[in-house]
Amino acid sequence: MNGAALSVADFRGSPRRVRTESVFRGLFFLAALLSIVISGLIVASLLSEAISFISNVDIPTLWSSGGWFPRRGYFDVKTIVVGSLLVTVIGMLIAVPLGLGTAIYLAEYARPKIRRILKPALEMLAGIPSVVVGVFALTWISPELVRRFFDATLFNLVAAGIGVGILTVPLVASISEDAMRAVPQALREAAYGMGARKVTTSIRVVIPAAVSGLVAAFIVAVSRAIGETMVVAIAAGGTGGSRFTTDVLGPGQTMTAAMAALASGTDQVTGSGNAFQSLFFVGLLLFSITLALNIVAERFVRRVRQRY
Amino acid sequence: MTLSTPATLSPVAADVVRQRLQGRRFDRGGTLFRCLLVVMISITVMILVVLITTVIADGWSVLSSGLGDFLRSDLSSRVDRAGVAQGLKGTMTIGAIVVMVAFPVGIGAAVYLEEYAPRTLLTRLFDINIRNLAGVPSVVYGILGFSLFVRGLPGLTGGRSVLSAGLTLAILVLPIVIITSAEAIRAVPDSLREAGFGVGATRWEVIRTNVLPYAAPGILTGTVLSLSRAIGEAAPLILVGAVMGFFTGGSGLDVREPFTALPIVIFYWAKQPSTWQANTAAAIVVLLVVVLVLNAGAIFLRNHYEKSR
Repeated sequence: MNGAALSVADFRGSPRRVRTESVFRGLFFLAALLSIVISGLIVASLLSEAISFISNVDIPTLWSSGGWFPRRGYFDVKTIVVGSLLVTVIGMLIAVPLGLGTAIYLAEYARPKIRRILKPALEMLAGIPSVVVGVFALTWISPELVRRFFDATLFNLVAAGIGVGILTVPLVASISEDAMRAVPQALREAAYGMGARKVTTSIRVVIPAAVSGLVAAFIVAVSRAIGETMVVAIAAGGTGGSRFTTDVLGPGQTMTAAMAALASGTDQVTGSGNAFQSLFFVGLLLFSITLALNIVAERFVRRVRQRY
Repeated sequence: MTLSTPATLSPVAADVVRQRLQGRRFDRGGTLFRCLLVVMISITVMILVVLITTVIADGWSVLSSGLGDFLRSDLSSRVDRAGVAQGLKGTMTIGAIVVMVAFPVGIGAAVYLEEYAPRTLLTRLFDINIRNLAGVPSVVYGILGFSLFVRGLPGLTGGRSVLSAGLTLAILVLPIVIITSAEAIRAVPDSLREAGFGVGATRWEVIRTNVLPYAAPGILTGTVLSLSRAIGEAAPLILVGAVMGFFTGGSGLDVREPFTALPIVIFYWAKQPSTWQANTAAAIVVLLVVVLVLNAGAIFLRNHYEKSR
């Protein structure tokens, strides 16, 4: 101690603590930065092979070769895009009424006691792996529901679509319920004060107020349905390839199942050839579609947050 | 004084008014709507019940007669000899890799975003980027895993190995870990931080002694849920090259060996002739037990801590 006046440096604390502080700050920053690196790597890994695929095929045939048979050189993207759309539409026909009904009940009607039972059941459904739902679609939904009422083959797009719908029900329900719970109680009380019934309040006041969130729930569910792989790979029966079809009672192929089929089976992706590169092209297409949907959904979610 | 309807009001209208005022207060539309909602939610719950009961019923012959053998046996071309030992081993190993890689990195990123990050454009970019990553289909992560770990770093990962699979799934759940951990950290009251700063602690010391302990239950719930998500994933593993069919090995401790996992075993068996249906269902029961135990644990944890606050 030289007895001189204290300087700013004396208040900085021990050098060891300062060093620890900056080390941890740096580590945490790197962890956060990694997420950007991952995004970059996803795009990079898709892009290069997808570009070489595009430059190797005759582009008009991507929309008009009548079927998706990558091993034989038929890359009709229309087949798998339409397949994905069909499965998604069927899935939404299941997921929207079930998910929305569940959400309205949980947010507006259910007493706390019932809620405490229903919420975990819904979370349990959300936790069921998609491969399990796929097997369920093939061994139960297809024979017991679809083939009982329609003249369908064992592997069919309806069963796959219903399976995808089941997977997205908890998603639709939880996002929608959050949106409706975010609607201020004062709005409901105002409606009741004017003599509105519970049903009128729910349909004419709460739902319109929460509509941004409901739209977001729908878009997220569509994005999830398009990206769902295992249910379609198991229950839609498009192993190897599929002709162009809009017959939902027959087998079909989606973008995701096409990728799984390319990578599985006896002839796994070997690392060369057009069939291998088509995997990346379809992946890029899938990535772009779901990214666009997610960005739109995010807009809607933010609108809910800003309003209330 | 008696109430009378105006002379101009028709008898029909008077009846309607009388009915409205004196009639039974039964809200027909409202009851119908409520019934509709109950039907919707019943169907949702029924799906869960039917799924679980059919799976157990289908797999009962295997589960009741030789569960021990089924859990201990390797994959085989013969129905009566096939078991899930290799799949279970692969799934456990993948789970361990996810815990070791995704959890520290994800929680670290969440700490940075909530505690350190300045409100700049870069931070906003991080935020948007993570939300979008969470929506990327799992099969696309499979492509990333294939390009990065199988083809890109075969010297490190051994190619189509359980290490490649574990790292791929760690990347897959990373955004979920970050988002749920960030939510838990955001819920920590500022007064706790200020108390720490007030006694001269550095930011890291505040995080270590005040923020993380308080946020731990929330973080744990989110991470356990993301672990169960990783364990149930099959699509990325197909892309990374999980072995379908039977193979020898996969029982040692070498993470650079060929591998399979429970969801892959289920996928492969589901594509076999119907004689394999009991095995498929039994494997599903094993997977569901693992996943649902993890989920139930997470939900229990959350409810427990929600109540105690």
